[in-house]
Amino acid sequence: MENRALNLLDEALGLGYQTDPWPLRGRVVLIEDCVETSGCFVLYQLLKRTLSSQSPNNTVIFLAFSHPLSHYDRILRKLGCNLVAQRENGRFFFFDMLKLLCPDEKEERNGKGGFISLYWKIQNTIRALPENNKNHATIMIDDMSLMEVAAHGSSDHVLDFMHYCHTLTSELGCSLITLNHEDIYTSMERPAFMLQIKYLVDVLIKTEPLATGLAADVHGQLTVLNWGFCNVKGSSNNKISNFHFKVKENSVEYFYPGTRT
Amino acid sequence: MIMEDAEAPHHMLLLRNFMSQGLVQNQPLLYASPAKDPRGFLGTLPCPSSSKDEKSRNHDTEQEKGLRIAWQYKKYFSENIDDHKDSKQEFCNDFDLRKPLERHFYSGQRVDCVSIKDSPNPATLHDRCATFLAQFPRNDGSFSCMGRIAIQSLCAPQCELSNMDWDILSFIRSLKSMLRSANAVAIITFPPSLLSPSFCKRWQHMADVLLSVKAIPDEDKELGKLLTGYQDMVGFLNVHKIARINTQVPMILEATTFSIKLQKRRFIVLECLNQAPIDGSSGTSYGTSGGCSGSSKSGALDF
Repeated sequence: MENRALNLLDEALGLGYQTDPWPLRGRVVLIEDCVETSGCFVLYQLLKRTLSSQSPNNTVIFLAFSHPLSHYDRILRKLGCNLVAQRENGRFFFFDMLKLLCPDEKEERNGKGGFISLYWKIQNTIRALPENNKNHATIMIDDMSLMEVAAHGSSDHVLDFMHYCHTLTSELGCSLITLNHEDIYTSMERPAFMLQIKYLVDVLIKTEPLATGLAADVHGQLTVLNWGFCNVKGSSNNKISNFHFKVKENSVEYFYPGTRT
Repeated sequence: MIMEDAEAPHHMLLLRNFMSQGLVQNQPLLYASPAKDPRGFLGTLPCPSSSKDEKSRNHDTEQEKGLRIAWQYKKYFSENIDDHKDSKQEFCNDFDLRKPLERHFYSGQRVDCVSIKDSPNPATLHDRCATFLAQFPRNDGSFSCMGRIAIQSLCAPQCELSNMDWDILSFIRSLKSMLRSANAVAIITFPPSLLSPSFCKRWQHMADVLLSVKAIPDEDKELGKLLTGYQDMVGFLNVHKIARINTQVPMILEATTFSIKLQKRRFIVLECLNQAPIDGSSGTSYGTSGGCSGSSKSGALDF
C-alpha cells in the first residue's frame, strides 16, 4: 500500500523523488485555507506521509489547538495510519493544547509562560529521541490562529515561538508544518504577523474554493508554491503547481482541471 | 453560530425553535443574553404545533414517505416510549409561533438564565457554562441526558464584552473544548457587522456549523418577480459551514440557501432556493439580478 503511485501533491512537494533525506527536512511548510474551503485534509495527508513506513526515522510532534486526539486518530485510521500505535512506538507525540491558558505577563517574566514551556517540552522531546531520529522530527501545528487566541492576541509571543521552532529546522533539520487561515489576515490593513511568518516559509500550500463554488465532485483547488524545490536531477528551482482536489474518507484525489473522468 | 442581520431579528426565530425543541424533550437549557432579565424571553418561546391542525398532519404523512434516513428513526422512538405518550418527549420540529410554550416546561430548575449585559468579562458566563456542562459528561457508551446552551447576541454593543475581542474568542475556544467532552450543543448568535472583518473571520473559523440570516425587503418588485411565494418570505437562511468532526470529508449540501417563510403567520417553513440554470456560454446565471447573495463574496454566479 505504501509503494503507490505519486499523486500531484506528492510531486509538487517532491515527496516521491527521495526518501532519505526526507524532502521536507529542514523546511517550513505553511498550509493556508479559508472558511469556504478547509485545508485540514492537507495536514492529515502530510501527517500520514511523514509517518509512513518508507521513512521509519521520521517522528511527529503534533500541537493540537483545534481538536482532541480522538478526532485525528479516527481520520488517520481511515487513511491507513494508526496514531495510537505510532505513539506507543515513540514516533508520534501528541500535545493537547485545547486548554492552553493565555500566559500572563508575570509568567512571561519568570520564563514560565505557556509558549516558553511548550517550546522547552518540544526541544526536550526531540533531544530524548533515538540518535537516528533526532534529525528527522516534524513539528505540526493545528492551527496558528488558535495560538494567537491562546496568547490572548499577543502575536509577538506566537511569532517568537515560531522563530524558536524555526531554529530547530536550521540546527537540527526538523520540519515545521503549520495550518493557518489566510482570510483572517487578508482583511487586515497591516497583516504584519502573517508577513513575518511567510518570510520563514519554504513551501506554501493554499486551498481555495473554485470560482464556481462548491461541487459534489470537486471540492476546491490547491496551489503549491515550493521555493527551493529539488527535482530528480538534484537541481533546485522554484515550482508552482495548481490542481483540483476531492476529499474522500480514506484518500484525497488530486487532478488537473478537465482531466477527471 | 448564527450571523445576525441588523435589519431584522430572524436569528431569534431559530433560537426560539432551538430552545423550545430542547425543553419539550426535558433537555436542560442554559440561556444567556444581553437583556437585564433574560428569563422574560422564555415566555416568547413557541409551543409545539397542535395535532388538531389536520391539514399539516396530512401534509406530514405525505412528506414522511420521502423522509431522509435520519428522520425515519422517529417511528422507533414512538414505538419504544408508549408510556410517555403524554409527556411530549417526541422530537418536535414544528412550533406554533402564536402559542407560547407552557410554563411548566421552563419554570423548574431545568432552565438557567444568565445576563451578560453588565459582565466586565466573559468569566462569569464561562463559569456558568462549565457548571452547566458538568451535568452531561460524555462517557463512552450510553448517555441519559443532553443539554443545550443558547447564547444570544454575544458581543452586542450594550454589553461591556463587546470591547473584549480576544477575551470573547478565548471564551468561545474554551466553550468548544468543554463541549467536545460533554453531551451538549451550543448555539451562539452574533452581529457580524459590529466586529472588524478580521475578527469576524476568526469567529467564522471557530464555528463548527455556521449559518447566517438575512432580511428580505418588503415590496421589492424585482425579488417578487424572481421568487415564487415572495410575499410569504421574511428572510433567507444561508448555510456556510457544516461540522467536520472525526472526518475530513466536506459535506456538500444540495442547497445552501433557504427562504424563511411564515405559514399562516404561525409556522416557520424553510424552503430550498435553487439557483437558476447557468448559461453555458457566458457562465452567468439567469437569476443573478435578484441580489439574494448569501455568500461572503459577491460574484456573477452568486444567487
